[in-house]
Amino acid sequence: MKSRLLEPQSFLIAREPYYEPQGEEVSLFEKAYYNLIPMLLKGPTGCGKTRFMEYMAWRLKRPLITVSCHDDLTASDLVGRYLITADQTVWMDGPLAQAVRCGGICYLDEVVEARKDTTVVIHPLADDRRLLPIEKTGEVLAAPPEFGLAISYNPGYQSVLKDLKQSTRQRFVAIEFHYPPAELEQKIIERESGVGTERAAKLVRFAGMTRNLKGSGLEEGASTRLLVHAAKLMVSGVSEGYACQSAIAQALTDDPEMIAAINELGRSLF
Amino acid sequence: MMDTDTTPPPHEPLGVSALEDWLDGVLDAVLSIRRSTAAAAAALAGLGREEQDYARHWIDVIAKTNPELAFHFATHVSEALKRMRPEDSEAWIIEVMDAYDKLGLYPAVAILTDIGSFATARDGQARAATLETVAPMLELFVQGLAGRKLSLAPAEQVYTDTGTLFLPPRLTVLATREANRMLYKIMATHLWAQVRFGTFRGGPDALRAEWGRYEDPERAARLFYALETIRLDACLARELPGLYRDLCTLRRDPPPAWQEACGRLSRPGASVDDTQRAMAALYADEIPAPQLYQGTLHLDAVAQAMAERMQRERVALKNALGQMAREHPLEGGRERRFSVHTEPGGQGPVQLMLDGQPLGAPPEVQALMQSVLLDLGEIPDEYLVAAGDGSYAPPHAKRADDVWQGTYHEEGAFLYNEWDHSREHYRKDWCVLRELDVHPVHDGFVADTLRKYAGLSARLRKTFEALRGENAIQRRQKNGDDIDFDALVDALTDLKHGRELNDRLFLRSRRTARNIAVMFMVDMSGSTKGWINDAERESLLLLGEALEILGDRYAIYGFSGTTRKRCELYRIKEFGEPYGDLVRARISGIRPQDYTRMGVAIRHLCGLLHAVDARTKLLITLSDGKPDDYDGYRGQYGIEDTRQALLEAKRDGIHAFCITIDHDARDYLPHMYGPANYALIDDVRQLPLKISDIYRHLTS
Repeated sequence: MKSRLLEPQSFLIAREPYYEPQGEEVSLFEKAYYNLIPMLLKGPTGCGKTRFMEYMAWRLKRPLITVSCHDDLTASDLVGRYLITADQTVWMDGPLAQAVRCGGICYLDEVVEARKDTTVVIHPLADDRRLLPIEKTGEVLAAPPEFGLAISYNPGYQSVLKDLKQSTRQRFVAIEFHYPPAELEQKIIERESGVGTERAAKLVRFAGMTRNLKGSGLEEGASTRLLVHAAKLMVSGVSEGYACQSAIAQALTDDPEMIAAINELGRSLF
Repeated sequence: MMDTDTTPPPHEPLGVSALEDWLDGVLDAVLSIRRSTAAAAAALAGLGREEQDYARHWIDVIAKTNPELAFHFATHVSEALKRMRPEDSEAWIIEVMDAYDKLGLYPAVAILTDIGSFATARDGQARAATLETVAPMLELFVQGLAGRKLSLAPAEQVYTDTGTLFLPPRLTVLATREANRMLYKIMATHLWAQVRFGTFRGGPDALRAEWGRYEDPERAARLFYALETIRLDACLARELPGLYRDLCTLRRDPPPAWQEACGRLSRPGASVDDTQRAMAALYADEIPAPQLYQGTLHLDAVAQAMAERMQRERVALKNALGQMAREHPLEGGRERRFSVHTEPGGQGPVQLMLDGQPLGAPPEVQALMQSVLLDLGEIPDEYLVAAGDGSYAPPHAKRADDVWQGTYHEEGAFLYNEWDHSREHYRKDWCVLRELDVHPVHDGFVADTLRKYAGLSARLRKTFEALRGENAIQRRQKNGDDIDFDALVDALTDLKHGRELNDRLFLRSRRTARNIAVMFMVDMSGSTKGWINDAERESLLLLGEALEILGDRYAIYGFSGTTRKRCELYRIKEFGEPYGDLVRARISGIRPQDYTRMGVAIRHLCGLLHAVDARTKLLITLSDGKPDDYDGYRGQYGIEDTRQALLEAKRDGIHAFCITIDHDARDYLPHMYGPANYALIDDVRQLPLKISDIYRHLTS
């Protein structure tokens, strides 16, 4: 339980994270933040949403508290709960309450994965009241102006069950993320992994091919993150073919035919 | 049918006369004075007993399908068994049967007679790659390259009409199967390259006109393709260096005299115009033999396919843009202007712009633009004029009813295999199935039934409400939302007594979400006419009302049909569809139809069920009897096929359950569904209650 006792300051990001803006998302986020409006980040996995949040937290010099949502995440996981020590109960703030208290930025990653009732606790925080009622202690926390809230989700899954309620989504300013354009993506891969220009360009083309297969058996094409992984492996001496196979093809799917097709695509390029 | 008197002990071969007697018995229907089984018997007598029994087994099986075919088989089987290994001869028999099923008697007899070429083909099998086996991978591969779906189809010649890549059904040219698979890949890539790198960019007519200027247009065409192949090879070398390495192992170098042209055609910016220009200089030279991976050009096919697709895509793109323009309205009603931005070199996705601002295009629009780009090399402005509000129905949507008209049209229908237990093999694409709509009937049936069974309906509701997943509180958890004070008091008492402190002190609320999808498959055969049909409809209605409480996903389909060429499934309620007046009216409209071919219905419905994301999947069949259809689908054949379909379902994780009112069902249902997976009821009115029992049983 030690790790939960981190001081809010330890969530501050000291070094500038590497982030390449795709458009005007940086200034938009800043303006929303200063206007006390929460943000909704949409986009496929691995396109830079989390990195963007780290970058913004660094830029705004606020602690960043990230919660990866899962389908068993309950409201008390966010708000807090009583714990029992030797002979008494102790209240323990959840990450959301913690962020409100220290005026940090709370980032709920993949928020649609959380149970429906969980998302409702952020409602009073996400409109102009900016309050977090803590039912169990009877407290109501009023968020300081420094507090920021951001959530992310991937609209690509397109499942009826995995959709945000209108009452939730209509509280946010939304930024849509895509995979970066080819040149930028190539630059990111080079910068993140130290791989050469030619290989980076090939990786970007390879990613384009896998993205062409989206909907025909692939849920998503290769993300920028996967490309960086493959590039890092190549830099460490793994052969190009094997790096593509293990970092991209196998990571994307389990379907043997699809893996074979992706491997063939990779082999045609390298 | 075997004559026991003349049968020697099981290890000794049968003699000629015993074999002849046996054959006469089996093939009696097709024998005459001029046609006896003497020759066949003599040949069979030369085999060992094991082979004789094997041959006799198959003669028997084939005679049940067609005695004439069995006669030819009996004549040739001895030779086949001598010439081929056992697994090859079995493949030969199955191929004969498939040919008979698909093409009829004479093609099947032709395969029977021509054992030699079959045996040779089997020898090539070891190194052969077939399109059937590579297609699933290759289709994805090509889609990855092209960004749009290019289908693959078998053909004698290798060519493309820009929408489909035609490839030979099997390749044995190279020494190993691996190499032949690679050849498939290179052929397909080369055909894609024709489209991607603009062989047909000026339109097929322009090419034809160009060739027409030469003395011998046919020769010009060959020259053009030889040169174009050089250009495409160079494009592939730049785009897909890995594949090009493989290609080089197959590639023959062009003649020395062509060096200069080669250099020009291999430059990065070279286009089809450069190929045309190079032709003039080399027209007099000898044309080298085509490359192994190079196909042919079919300009007519290209022209037709391009015209059709371009028209379709132009309309589709304009409609999609119209839709997008309406989603981004502008004050003042000024017309919105779309434009596109492509990255230099045609790499990467096309960026759609609206009034100069980048606009995120939905994936289907992106795919359309990619496809247009592939055909035309650009997206003409004319394509980017958004369509107005007018509704537009895509012209290719065919109605199932129309297709049934006239002779057997199988276009757009679903084809399913059927299990033939006597062959122990599937008959390929044997059943033709279509989904049809039940005509909704708005009569007094719904109101009457609900009034009549008001009491039962209320009871059902209660039963189902009890089934509904509620919030359950789990006690004594290691962590949770709240403190379990009972556990805490116990733990503190323990502690005071010096025992170890229990750490399970929390309450956790957990909703046990129901995650069930149910498919109801309702017998609509002619035998349900009368009270069974009424009872079925009443049950479905009561069930629908009750199932709404549970919130489980469910679908209802009726099945019937006549013969394998006309299997029908009637949509009563689809999975996504809400239960409402329309569904009620369709239930009211269920009418007895024809026969009961169950296997194909199970296969199709399981396919639908398989596509639903649910933890528990149920297929519940309401039936009044055995599988039965007009064309031999009865008795053991029908039961075995149904059983096979159910085994397939089980493999896909689908629980099948059958509710029947057939009193003889105990004889065959346990074999089909398994001993615990059926229910026999005397009174159909019990049906809805029975189903709530099944629910409890299967889902808790």
